[in-house]
Amino acid sequence: MTETTTRTAPDSGAEVVLPVHTDLLRLATAGSVDDGKSTLVGRLLHDTKSVLADQLDAVHRASADRGLQTPDLSLLVDGLRAEREQGITIDVAYRYFATPKRTFVLADTPGHVQYTRNTVTGASTAQLAILLVDARKGVIEQTRRHAAVLALLGVPQLVLAVNKIDMVDYGGAIYERIAAEFAGHARALGYADDDVVTIPVSALHGDNVVERSERTPWYSGPALLEHLETVPVAPDPFDAPFRMPVQYVIRPRTAELPDYRGYAGQVSAGVIAQGDEVVVLPAGIRTRVSQVDTPDGPVPRAAAGRSVTLLLEDDVDLSRGDLIAAADSAPRVTDELDATVCWLAEKPLQPGARVLVKHGTRTVQAMVTELSARFDEQELASVDTPDALQLNEIGRVQLRTAEPLPVDEYAESRRTGSFLVIDPADGTTLAAGLIGLPLAPLAAAVAS
Amino acid sequence: MTAEQQLDLPEDPVSTGAPPQVDNLDALESEAIHIFREVAGEFDRPVILFSGGKDSTVLAHLAIKAFRPAAVPFPLLHVDTGHNFDEVIAFRDRLVAKHDLRLVVASVQDYIDDGRLTERPDGIRNPLQTTPLLDGITENKFDAVFGGGRRDEERARAKERIFSLRNAFGQWDPRRQRPELWNLYNGRHRPGEHVRVFPLSNWTELDIWRYIQREKIELPDIYYAHRREVYQRDGMWLTSGPWGGARDGETVEEKIVRYRTVGDGSCTGAVESEAYTVDDVIAEVAASRLTERGATRADDRMSEAAMEDRKREGYF
Repeated sequence: MTETTTRTAPDSGAEVVLPVHTDLLRLATAGSVDDGKSTLVGRLLHDTKSVLADQLDAVHRASADRGLQTPDLSLLVDGLRAEREQGITIDVAYRYFATPKRTFVLADTPGHVQYTRNTVTGASTAQLAILLVDARKGVIEQTRRHAAVLALLGVPQLVLAVNKIDMVDYGGAIYERIAAEFAGHARALGYADDDVVTIPVSALHGDNVVERSERTPWYSGPALLEHLETVPVAPDPFDAPFRMPVQYVIRPRTAELPDYRGYAGQVSAGVIAQGDEVVVLPAGIRTRVSQVDTPDGPVPRAAAGRSVTLLLEDDVDLSRGDLIAAADSAPRVTDELDATVCWLAEKPLQPGARVLVKHGTRTVQAMVTELSARFDEQELASVDTPDALQLNEIGRVQLRTAEPLPVDEYAESRRTGSFLVIDPADGTTLAAGLIGLPLAPLAAAVAS
Repeated sequence: MTAEQQLDLPEDPVSTGAPPQVDNLDALESEAIHIFREVAGEFDRPVILFSGGKDSTVLAHLAIKAFRPAAVPFPLLHVDTGHNFDEVIAFRDRLVAKHDLRLVVASVQDYIDDGRLTERPDGIRNPLQTTPLLDGITENKFDAVFGGGRRDEERARAKERIFSLRNAFGQWDPRRQRPELWNLYNGRHRPGEHVRVFPLSNWTELDIWRYIQREKIELPDIYYAHRREVYQRDGMWLTSGPWGGARDGETVEEKIVRYRTVGDGSCTGAVESEAYTVDDVIAEVAASRLTERGATRADDRMSEAAMEDRKREGYF
């Protein structure tokens, strides 16, 4: 769906290709420490000419100051003082680059075990993840852990970048072995073969990053950027039943608009049109949409992803926290959540804990009634029942909420199937919650 | 493929004809509006930090759209360094009057006049903004402060969350940031703390300009090419003003210039440009080999971590 126009920039004389309509791919990186993630991201930015001269000058200067003979591209992306001092990435960072075909938002996540929560953060919105391994080490525990987190969070597409292929003399056999091993692991996590692509790269030398490399004649697939530009993007769920959490009630109370009462929100799934019958949850009141308003005026219909304001036929009691849903296909309303949680806090999760649950636009008090399982973080399969869940562990919990919530399964909807667990005392985000058991291997593990 | 095509729906007669959601700008606009409405729903006293620059003008435009047809339910806060471009102050006052917005001003000059702040030897006032900003937040009990910061601007900003918790001293601690999951933003904070909110996090400089073009957003004139007397210092074209002028050895020349960022006049440089219209600017930005900050902001050049250090102190 991309068109471009070409025009000449003043003074430069250079032909500049300006994107007119481009689509957006949100992606995340994952992988172990020292596998070269920052260098790969730096290389992608550099070779797509997303790095400008002053940024590159700064990298040349800083590299020289450190006594390096070639510029260290990881300095382009490691933004914090401590990261540059220690030569590691500490926190997730967001990068932007564009080609005439697509615009990219990249969540660049650290590889240290203690920062697994950042992988969860990056994965929660990603449509694709690039998982790096070092060709000399192959698939290691951290690779399996990250792949499991990506699968759990429902990232639809994976790329395994076998990096440092130059360090194994561009050996095709080594690459094949790693690709096969990873394919088996991905399959066990529920990925179809079509959704996993493996690419041999050297981030340091740029092999197969933007251009296909002549040094890997045994590889016939695309370069990384080529794949990122052409991989089908999973669209927002237009064909799912309509859902919209109400964020805010808009009431101008002006002389011209004394009776305007609009329910503002972002359509999280499906399509809404004027005249559609809807149900307001958790109250269960049925009514019809009298107008789909937007900041640019009324429209006949609006699809997932769009921020709109709905006007309803009946004068119903409705406020922030409520959910407007398709009347014929409403989510279930419950005060008992059976969920998978990624525990992100230092303080362990213990049964009986009182927490806050933020689901959609509603935040309610809740109690952890049961911790029923802890999943092995590499296979998401083997199970035990611990007394507590520690930082970065994944488990199955039951929660009772003070008020009923309208929920979907996470496997059906990343938006209405997800929630945050928040510490009521200091507001810390304790966990990422996924309603239901989103993966076949998990379900099998629990059943056994 | 657009949603319309996917569902085989007829052409939408009312909307502007832009493909729904496939366009990058539509997605960014929807996300920003969602963020504005979340904050309005969850916080007691939000405020928009407004400088009159292109990013905060886009921010104000999005706020107006987010609550239309009702008024924006919170004020603007301008931290006035006293070293502004006249065109920017005139523009600010025009915008506020046109949209019936409320404006709160925190003045660096007041702090210097009564001795609470001391002028720096280099005359640059940008770093002095932090104290009036934090005092303004405390005095007005603002609990959410919108900023126009974008993560593409600078590598420390690339680490910034959309909702960024600040302690009672306004400090940012990059190691203790909350994970930001899906589009569920956690705005919980304790008394005295506040949250900085960045609805433009995922926008690039080019996105901002393409949006200005699409929405026909008015900006201060100095963003477009004009004739101005300038002198060169540290590789930047500065202009005379209340902050001083050319020193010995610096010669004033007349040039055709424009500004890529609008900040304190003492440290914001002009670029030579013949971009007279938005279309010209978009072509120029797309072809530029320098970042906007690298090209025109002296305060970012002070050290390798200048932005991070100022953010830790409470600056944006």
